[in-house]
Amino acid sequence: MAIQILMPALSPTMTEGKIARWLKKEGDAVKAGQVIAEIETDKATMEVEAVDEGVLGKILIPAGTENVKVNEPIAMLLEEGEKADALKNAPLPTITKAVASKEEPKADARPALSVVPAAPQPAEIPEEKEYSKYVKLTVRDALRDAMAEEMRRDPNIFLLGEEVAQYQGAYKVSQGLLQEFGDKRVVDSPITEMGFAGLGVGAAFGGLSPIIEFMTMNFAMQAIDQIINSAAKTLYMSGGQMGCPIVFRGPNGAASRVGAQHSQCYASWYAHVPGLKVVAPYDAADAKGLLKTSIRDRNPVIFLEHEMMYGQSFDVPDEEDFTLPIGKAKVMRKGSDVTIVAFSRMVSHALVAAEKLAEQGIQAEVINLRSLRPLDTATIVESVKKTNRLVAVEESWPFAGIGSEIAAQMMEHAFDYLDAPMARVHGADVPLPYAANLEKMALPQVENIVDAVKQVCYRQAA
Amino acid sequence: MAKPQLQPVAANQQAPARSTDLQRYYHDMLLIRRFEEKAGQLYGMGLIGGFCHLYIGQEAVVVGMQAAQKAVDSVITSYRDHGHMLAAGMESRGVMAELTGRIGGYSHGKGGSMHMFSREKNFYGGHGIVGAQVPIGTGLGFAHKYKNDGGVCLTYFGDGAVNQGQVYESFNMAALWKLPVVYVIENNKYSMGTAQARHAAGELYKRGEPYGIPGKKVDGMDVVKVREAAEEALAYARSGKGPMVLEMETYRYRGHSMSDPAKYRTKEEVEEWRGKHDPIDALRAIILEEGVATEESLKEIERKIKDVVADAVEFAQTSPEPDPSELWTDVLIEM
Ligand SMILES: Cc1ncc(C[n+]2csc(CCOP(=O)(O)OP(=O)(O)O)c2C)c(N)n1
Ligand SMILES: [Mg+2]
Repeated sequence: MAIQILMPALSPTMTEGKIARWLKKEGDAVKAGQVIAEIETDKATMEVEAVDEGVLGKILIPAGTENVKVNEPIAMLLEEGEKADALKNAPLPTITKAVASKEEPKADARPALSVVPAAPQPAEIPEEKEYSKYVKLTVRDALRDAMAEEMRRDPNIFLLGEEVAQYQGAYKVSQGLLQEFGDKRVVDSPITEMGFAGLGVGAAFGGLSPIIEFMTMNFAMQAIDQIINSAAKTLYMSGGQMGCPIVFRGPNGAASRVGAQHSQCYASWYAHVPGLKVVAPYDAADAKGLLKTSIRDRNPVIFLEHEMMYGQSFDVPDEEDFTLPIGKAKVMRKGSDVTIVAFSRMVSHALVAAEKLAEQGIQAEVINLRSLRPLDTATIVESVKKTNRLVAVEESWPFAGIGSEIAAQMMEHAFDYLDAPMARVHGADVPLPYAANLEKMALPQVENIVDAVKQVCYRQAA
Repeated sequence: MAKPQLQPVAANQQAPARSTDLQRYYHDMLLIRRFEEKAGQLYGMGLIGGFCHLYIGQEAVVVGMQAAQKAVDSVITSYRDHGHMLAAGMESRGVMAELTGRIGGYSHGKGGSMHMFSREKNFYGGHGIVGAQVPIGTGLGFAHKYKNDGGVCLTYFGDGAVNQGQVYESFNMAALWKLPVVYVIENNKYSMGTAQARHAAGELYKRGEPYGIPGKKVDGMDVVKVREAAEEALAYARSGKGPMVLEMETYRYRGHSMSDPAKYRTKEEVEEWRGKHDPIDALRAIILEEGVATEESLKEIERKIKDVVADAVEFAQTSPEPDPSELWTDVLIEM
């Protein structure tokens, strides 16, 4: 059966070109892979190679012809033993079949824009239950206990990071883990963020459940390609085959007086990325319950801790296997006049601000987001329906921040319930300065929250 | 480089075994060649989009390595991955249908040429970021050691990728922790349009030396030599001694990707490799010379391959595009 040789495209955008010259003439034998012609466009010249073996039966388009359309037959190839008269009734080769993509797009194939967003459905997560007994734990110990409990449960969980083993953690979060689990499962890494983040991803693909500690999240910038391009995207790119059960954790945000390179909140960076979950605990109960859930999650989880919270003590439910769901915010304080949304350390500022506001007759509801992706929009909307006023607090910069996202969500889902424009409290839009006075000015303070609340409540700022 | 010299029957290898091996290598290399030629053609017809990096010329590398592997071993590579998948035993239908972006593709059309995987065949991709597969492969090696399953990860990367810092972060950890990894540098002489002499200082097989990783330069156009080197490197890594580097001297006949007219090298250079060092031609000559198989039985292999590739092409065009609902699936595993 004679085979048509078609005008090839050099690139996805090429529609026509010129046959510059034929390197074979009619009657020549050609082998697969042999160059038979050269074609030209205004951008480049390229060789046409034979894909099948045979004899060049007929050249349909002579050298020098311009504007030859892509996929137009340019020659006929006779297969071994075929006669030239086979050319007369040569069928089209199977590969010219219509491409399915040329069909009319189906109605439901329209671009997936969130122009008319659906109202957020409350996450199908049960309300947090009441616990009968509590113990006091620091955030630091709660994190350690979460890892230890999970590591006891599943031998495929290991901790890898700088100074996590012999040094017991740069911030002593992994205290005692080396002694309990040994150096196979608590591994001191060289200072090699991109390398050990990528190694963690490979280990997760290979069936393990790594916990990767970054000494601080600032250093994860060296590894962000592995986190996003390798950990977050591969499940999708593999059609669901390559899950990556991994936790990347470490202190995030401003510590104290360590300057711009060591003081940045990455919440909105990671929350931007489909394929990641992003969790930011506030207190010790959050730290323990959410870290255990993050380790069990089969997806990559970014777990954003806060150095300034490590040493603080809180009540933690004293029960076997206490966990908290990812994707559910917690109402920390009920109120009727205004909603304050915060995460991580800023929850503490929000709670203090709420006390001050109560003294002035304003009842604030404080929401601890706990999880940034997925974001529990439903809980925020429910609160705003009641209070009609909203202030979002975060330590990070304002532009394209978590507060910006909440503002957009409120436009979409709570516009009719707002009695005042939402306000954002955030870090100053500058690299964090070192000087004590400037640093204080650059980070959200309780007073800023109080002022913002008064602004949205149309009360004079004090 | 000299014309590939295939070894006479090795003392430790029985003639019948050698006969089936050589025919299998011939089959596997030719399948890759014919598959890639077809992929190039489909690209030219607009059926394959985006970036498409063909493996033509380099077939002996992956086929020789695969010949020495065990089923437990894992493989990871870059975007120039079609050959690795076929060698790993993945179906040509599924690979071709991924190239055309159809539901029958290995990634349901969501990955494309550069992003395909098969857990079943221990093939871990298919990675589009130059060098990123090297730490990941090192992590697969870490998992082999952790689980003590006796496996080794074969981590392939190009002569261009060799210049990424993360390669040395990986070498350091792999040597430090004696991870079972074989690093296979596919030196096809070019990093896109930049010739090796313009992008890399020193010898590539020595890049692991400061970490105590033994390295070897191998004639990557000779499938038997590749297999022999692979056997040595895999045995070394499997025995717990740590990683090894193999630099495969090879050549890609086509442009870097389909849209590269390859103006940075001469026709004579390409002809020299294609004409005098072609791994498939060389093996065919040896097979006939040694009387391992007859011309007719090789023709039979060639016919079979033609049918397999034609079937893959047919499948890749008739398999439907992914359902619109696929847009939203596989972002996260539902918990
Ligand atoms: C980090 C990164 N930088 C640049 C590119 C673009 N790019 C893709 S392939 C390539 C050349 C790589 O050459 P080599 O490692 O020798 O592999 P080969 O293509 O020869 O197989 C470049 C620069 C990329 N994909 N990723
Ligand atoms: Mg190269």
